[in-house]
Amino acid sequence: MIAVHGPVLVVILPLFGALVAALVRRPLLAWAVSLIAAIGSFVVAVALLVQVRAEGVVSYRIGGWAPEIGIEYRVDAVNGLILVLVTAIAVLTLVYARRSVLSEIIPERIAWFYAMLMLCLTGLLGMAVTGDAFNVFVFLEISSLSTYVLIALGRDRRALVAAYQYLIVGTIGATFYVIGVGLLYLATGTLNLGLIVERLPEIASPRALIAAEAFIVVGIALKLALFPLHAWLPNAYAYAPSSATVFLASTATKVAVYLLARYIFGVFGVHLGIGSVAIASVLIVLSLAAMFIASAAAVFQNDIKRLLAFSSVAQVGYITLGLALANQSGITGAFLHIVNHALMKGAAFMAVGAIIYRSGTCKLDELSGIGRTMPVTAAALTIAGLGLIGVPGTSGFISKYYLVLGAFEAGFWWVALLIVASSVIAVLYVGRMMEVIWFREPNQRCRGLGEAPAEMLAPMVVLAGMTIWFGLDAELPASLAGAAAHVLLGARP
Amino acid sequence: MIEHFGPVSPAFVLIAAGLVLPFFRGRLQDALFVLAPLLALALVWVLPDGSAGPVDWLGLQLTPLAVDGVARLFGTAFAIAAAVGALYALDQKNVVERASALVYAGSAQGIVFAGDLVTLFAFWEVMAIASTLVILSNGAEKAGLRYALIHVLGGVLLFAGIVAAVAEGGTAIRVMRADSVGHWLILAGVLVNAGAPPLSAWVADAYPRASWSGTVFLSSFTTKAAVLVLIRLFPGEQALLWFGLIMAIYGLIYALLENDIRRLLSYSIVGQVGFMVVAVGIGSPLALAAASVHAFAHILYKALLMMAAGSVMRATGTTRLTELGGIARSLPLTSAAFLVGGFALAAMPFTAGFVSKSAIMQALADDKAALPWFVLTAVSAGSFLYVGLKLPWFALFRPASPRPIILAPRRSMQAAMLLVCTALLLLGCFPNLLVAVAPGISEVRVLTADHILFQFQLLAASGFCFVLLLQLFLPHVAITRDTDWLWRKLPAVVLAKLETIRQALQRLAKGIRQQIELENGGFKPFRSRSLLNAGNWRTGDIALWATALLGLFLLIAAL
Repeated sequence: MIAVHGPVLVVILPLFGALVAALVRRPLLAWAVSLIAAIGSFVVAVALLVQVRAEGVVSYRIGGWAPEIGIEYRVDAVNGLILVLVTAIAVLTLVYARRSVLSEIIPERIAWFYAMLMLCLTGLLGMAVTGDAFNVFVFLEISSLSTYVLIALGRDRRALVAAYQYLIVGTIGATFYVIGVGLLYLATGTLNLGLIVERLPEIASPRALIAAEAFIVVGIALKLALFPLHAWLPNAYAYAPSSATVFLASTATKVAVYLLARYIFGVFGVHLGIGSVAIASVLIVLSLAAMFIASAAAVFQNDIKRLLAFSSVAQVGYITLGLALANQSGITGAFLHIVNHALMKGAAFMAVGAIIYRSGTCKLDELSGIGRTMPVTAAALTIAGLGLIGVPGTSGFISKYYLVLGAFEAGFWWVALLIVASSVIAVLYVGRMMEVIWFREPNQRCRGLGEAPAEMLAPMVVLAGMTIWFGLDAELPASLAGAAAHVLLGARP
Repeated sequence: MIEHFGPVSPAFVLIAAGLVLPFFRGRLQDALFVLAPLLALALVWVLPDGSAGPVDWLGLQLTPLAVDGVARLFGTAFAIAAAVGALYALDQKNVVERASALVYAGSAQGIVFAGDLVTLFAFWEVMAIASTLVILSNGAEKAGLRYALIHVLGGVLLFAGIVAAVAEGGTAIRVMRADSVGHWLILAGVLVNAGAPPLSAWVADAYPRASWSGTVFLSSFTTKAAVLVLIRLFPGEQALLWFGLIMAIYGLIYALLENDIRRLLSYSIVGQVGFMVVAVGIGSPLALAAASVHAFAHILYKALLMMAAGSVMRATGTTRLTELGGIARSLPLTSAAFLVGGFALAAMPFTAGFVSKSAIMQALADDKAALPWFVLTAVSAGSFLYVGLKLPWFALFRPASPRPIILAPRRSMQAAMLLVCTALLLLGCFPNLLVAVAPGISEVRVLTADHILFQFQLLAASGFCFVLLLQLFLPHVAITRDTDWLWRKLPAVVLAKLETIRQALQRLAKGIRQQIELENGGFKPFRSRSLLNAGNWRTGDIALWATALLGLFLLIAAL
């Protein structure tokens, strides 16, 4: 009975979680409710992924309406993976968040924080699970609006400006997206992605489709912080509360990347008349620019959160590059990196949050020698940093391996060279952090600190451990990402 | 148990020992530090020939352990260097250096026994990290970071090349020709670690920044592991001849000019690796065997020289030739080590270096490679100048008031140096010992009267030159300009130039802007923000970019 309703349950659980969390108003209770809802959602997501691996596609009609007039939820190997990733990160973030939120947000707002976090989770899961173009827009708005609030809850006053800037940019992105969907609707007469795909080949003039594709891709590109539309991200990540940053960095851009992949390959890729070539070539150039320029920007940051935020922009560049290569290895690499980057960036931001929790600062020059006093936290940050570089033995190596392989298969050996060359810049910014936290004498501020509390360490260690585990035994993530790539490419003629 | 996991690689023994070392204290830690390399040495000889069954990983066939004669020779040399280095470093209490030195030695063994390209690359990266830690543990942050960057660069070149090679023909280690982009990338990546031009300068930049004991480890592994990989992947590659010759000449010239003993010895590493690279470039079975034997001998005598230099460093606080002199009396054993090591490097008969260099020269002669033969003979005679004459004269025997001894060498340090001295002389007097481990050089006639006479003539001639031109060799305090100028100074120069250009452009833009403002009255032009400073962009800038991108998409798609 419940198994049949999996696709909708995965979204509804956090939605109700948000509602209840907002109603109970008590910090601890709100936290417990959110955690339970997230765990429930995670269990359903895993069950869905298992089902998808067995059966291929799980389709669910909301209210029993046929896809032509109703909304269809559709889970396949691509978004099944995303659902599990997002819910897993949500559970770990919630475990981590209790102590961190207590110290960063005033008590009256804590319940609201959890409500917004759950709403954001709802929106992201909805974007992933739905098979309806307009429904995506609705969930996009849900996740965006709650994200604005999450960012604005940060303790720094600059958080308000960052949230406001993101609000404007996010609205532009959503507007672009909905304009594109409108054009698609005009051309095909349906909002269901599956039906759009069926009707696309019949359309004689691709003009409207080209415009639709351009609007949708640029709209999504704003959400996923594709270079040069990334300027909202560093401030948003830097000034949001630590737990919100952990969650957003690991999930929000990833779901947007998933949407981009879905549209490029799943929808527009099937119509021969429109230029996926154009999108791909522009995407390659922008991705490469992100990898180099954003990494170089990261080198010059003093605030670790901003440093990691710029690194996120660069890492998103790897993911979009993999998509732009448009072959099995490249897309496998992209989806692997979606997972691996979520894990390592989650661990890194958790570590930074723990450092803020103990020392009250995340300025690099004030944290010398913190590795001596917070060894586990610093070790997690180190592992995440090695993963960002792509050192063998960490999951970052596996994703880069697939990306380089994809570049060679596509005949772009110079792209392969640039992928690996950009790691050199990652060495610079990771090396700077490592040098300060491990090799400098502890300063006054860091000397008396203790290790972070166990409930903050546990999820951090889990994520760092996964980074190592998926680096050594990449069978499971590689097969999942490979299946996703297969599905995406299978939809092409 | 053993059957289940297969034979244990010496690499894992050393790396595991390095990882658990920080959890021990005192004598136990000392014991682990010295015994782990000895256990690895035993394993190198116990392991049977052939490879352990392939492991399937991500659809790739991996062979983490493949044993053959060359691997055993290099494995032996690396294990001995690690064991002797550990014995020597017993007085070094820096745990980070000890632990990373063991991991470093383990990664070198891993490269030696790697049976496929992916395993090779994994250990290659571990080696880069561990060796960087050895340098960083001495507090040399900037030098450590420069070293790390060079090696990451080499690593990524190798990585891209290996991915291409794997896509072409699987993971097996095989003989390649530099004929495709992938193979060129591999060659370039390996050559970076070998200290080949144009990046040779990292050797002399980084190695002297490690502690008195750390340099011993550094001098042994990275460059020689690169030579081994060249032997395996690129035997007979023509380009290597030229790389090797340039390295040999480069090493000689800079070593002759250098004042600091440890920098001098680092330059000499590049020069001696140049000999091996030339031999690999020849590619005949004799030449390859000669390259391995020379690597073996070089690891021994360079470790000895670095130990002696470290001992001077620790005892007097400096290794500058201008500040030393007359230490033969105060540090007799260290001075003897300098002499034996120096003679071995200069291929003095009855030392191990003579055997290995004779093998290389024989290989060149057999191959009728006249130019390399002459160049290397000259370089060989020249190397006697700096390590057999200049270094001993100015540091050991020059009449000068010897610097006070702060810390006398420990027994363990003396024992380590004595062991290597003995080994070098034994191998030199009984070349058959080396032939036993490297049968490829059995045909080389080493201790024949005419050959010994020839070598003595050569050495005597360079000795004569030294006495004549003593004034020229007077060491002086100066910084020799090297290729590291490319990455240490060039960026500043370029940035300064760019700054002038930027200012000129700014003046120009200002002029234009004023003109526009004059004409449009109050019009405020869009000022582009720095790309690096995206955090300070205005929201309008992002919107502008979004619109621009939309326009770009539409434009390209419409065409």
